[in-house]
Amino acid sequence: MPIQIFFLIVAAITLISAVMVVTVRRMMHAALWLVLSLFGVALIFALLDASFYAVIQLIVYIGAIAILVIFAVMLTRRVMDDDAAQTNKNWWVALIAVLVVFGGIAATALSWTRLQVGPGIPPGDSILVDFGTALINPQKYAIPFEVSSVLLLAAVIGAIYVAVDRKGGKG
Amino acid sequence: MNSFWADPIGFVILWFISLLQGWGLPGDLVLLISYVVGALLLATGSLLLVIFLIWVERKIGGRVQDRLGPNRVGPYGLIQPIADMLKIFTKEFITPDGADKLVYNLAPILSVGSVIMIWAVVPFAINLYGSNLNVGVLYIVAVGGLGELGIILAGWGSNNKFALLGAFRAVAQLLSYEVPMVASLLIPVMLAGSMNLNEIVRAQTVPFIVMAPIAALIFFISSIAENGRAPFDLLEAESEIVAGFNVEYSGLKFGFFFVGDFLHAFTLALLFAVIFLGGWNGPAADSIPILGFVYLMIKTTIVYFLGLLVRFSLPRFRIDQMMALNWKVLVPLSLATLMLTAIFDKLAPAGNLLVQVIVLVLVNLIIWLLLQEFLARAFRDKPQRRAVLHSRPQADAAEDAPAQPQTDAMQS
Repeated sequence: MPIQIFFLIVAAITLISAVMVVTVRRMMHAALWLVLSLFGVALIFALLDASFYAVIQLIVYIGAIAILVIFAVMLTRRVMDDDAAQTNKNWWVALIAVLVVFGGIAATALSWTRLQVGPGIPPGDSILVDFGTALINPQKYAIPFEVSSVLLLAAVIGAIYVAVDRKGGKG
Repeated sequence: MNSFWADPIGFVILWFISLLQGWGLPGDLVLLISYVVGALLLATGSLLLVIFLIWVERKIGGRVQDRLGPNRVGPYGLIQPIADMLKIFTKEFITPDGADKLVYNLAPILSVGSVIMIWAVVPFAINLYGSNLNVGVLYIVAVGGLGELGIILAGWGSNNKFALLGAFRAVAQLLSYEVPMVASLLIPVMLAGSMNLNEIVRAQTVPFIVMAPIAALIFFISSIAENGRAPFDLLEAESEIVAGFNVEYSGLKFGFFFVGDFLHAFTLALLFAVIFLGGWNGPAADSIPILGFVYLMIKTTIVYFLGLLVRFSLPRFRIDQMMALNWKVLVPLSLATLMLTAIFDKLAPAGNLLVQVIVLVLVNLIIWLLLQEFLARAFRDKPQRRAVLHSRPQADAAEDAPAQPQTDAMQS
């Protein structure tokens, strides 16, 4: 029973902080609420006994992406302002897009007949071992895994290209 | 009685659980309460340890730098940290004008909390650990990211240019040194076949520092850098940016950063002992768990002492040297070591520990010789600054005829 109560608390924190991300006026605070929200997702993974995904959530989203977001915010002008407008004149486009996506997700969710409890995650390292072997198995996910690493390589090369100091090529 | 002396902490835990069950509480609740009490005790214990660590560090620092260190309050100055603590409790909290209150106050909490969270997965003895997490090593890396977040928030939230500069340096240094640290941590994970710290300790019939000395060295160097201590103390370089990210903090909030710093140094030594020195492994540690705890603490103290020696003897790096050491030496070295260890560990005949150890030691030796060769070539191409004897014409002339001008002046 305590675990259900704990889950409800964590879920509430995750949702409330997700709402706060888009409602607080100060950008830095929005970034911090985002961190809390992502942390809540990590806790939900941990409650599901999926500790690997919980920790990956922490490393990738809080350790890397949130720090990147915070850096972007730090370099933005007028970050300490409380009175900036929260929307620009294209707010209605965003609203339509969000409504369409939400309607799609809701329709899909409603079309499910009933949710079933799947088989539990086996204890120990076996799930991690399965995950690891699936990533290097050509029958399973080896190609998507390699393709995503090519994507990352392209990003690294792009970053170097943008940042490189070309000698003699001023302006 | 015998079981108490062999394993006092496990005995107390069992007694506590049976006490709670004796009160008729449901099993879930007993588990929850015992976890919460355990977490509180571990966190409080580690924070109390800091009081002692401050004394140790100041005393050893004093000896290294030919001073006495604290020696007035109590025998050998032992009560000095408590006096300092009381002083810092009574100081005023000053929040700088224009600081972001939420961010400003969150930062010290994060920087201490991230260190204490590491203690949750450290196996202190065969049956004494907070959580038997199967991704313990990754968890340590992830929690380290929270500490970086704390430093960045401190620098940004203070509304101070020097603090912000400290935060920028923190990001440059801490994020960079995470790369070789993670790569060097992968090698023990590979050798043990698990990310679980308990499994890593159990796999070390031969401590991993023998099989992976280069990985151990990289982990040691990058752990000092992650801690932001000399020679990597660019984040709070007093002579350049006042005090870096914590310049605007006062009283206990400032103390928090220091508690986090001292505890982080000890925690990283603890991790080194667990991952590379065999943790609680030692004679009779299986049957008498408290002995394992003692072994672990002895190993930790040795590593901690080495870290202190480095801290108190070396001057600070320049920022380009710090970056060059990381990206041009440690990262390629750790990646090469990782790949070669993986290949040769698979090539070595399975099941024969002695052959495996010999092969890995040889591989490490070859990598080390190659590194030396590469470094020598890199330095050969560049003009180096050397301390040489220049001719000093004026001084030489003065030495040749030192007495005459003086005597003239005296006479006149």
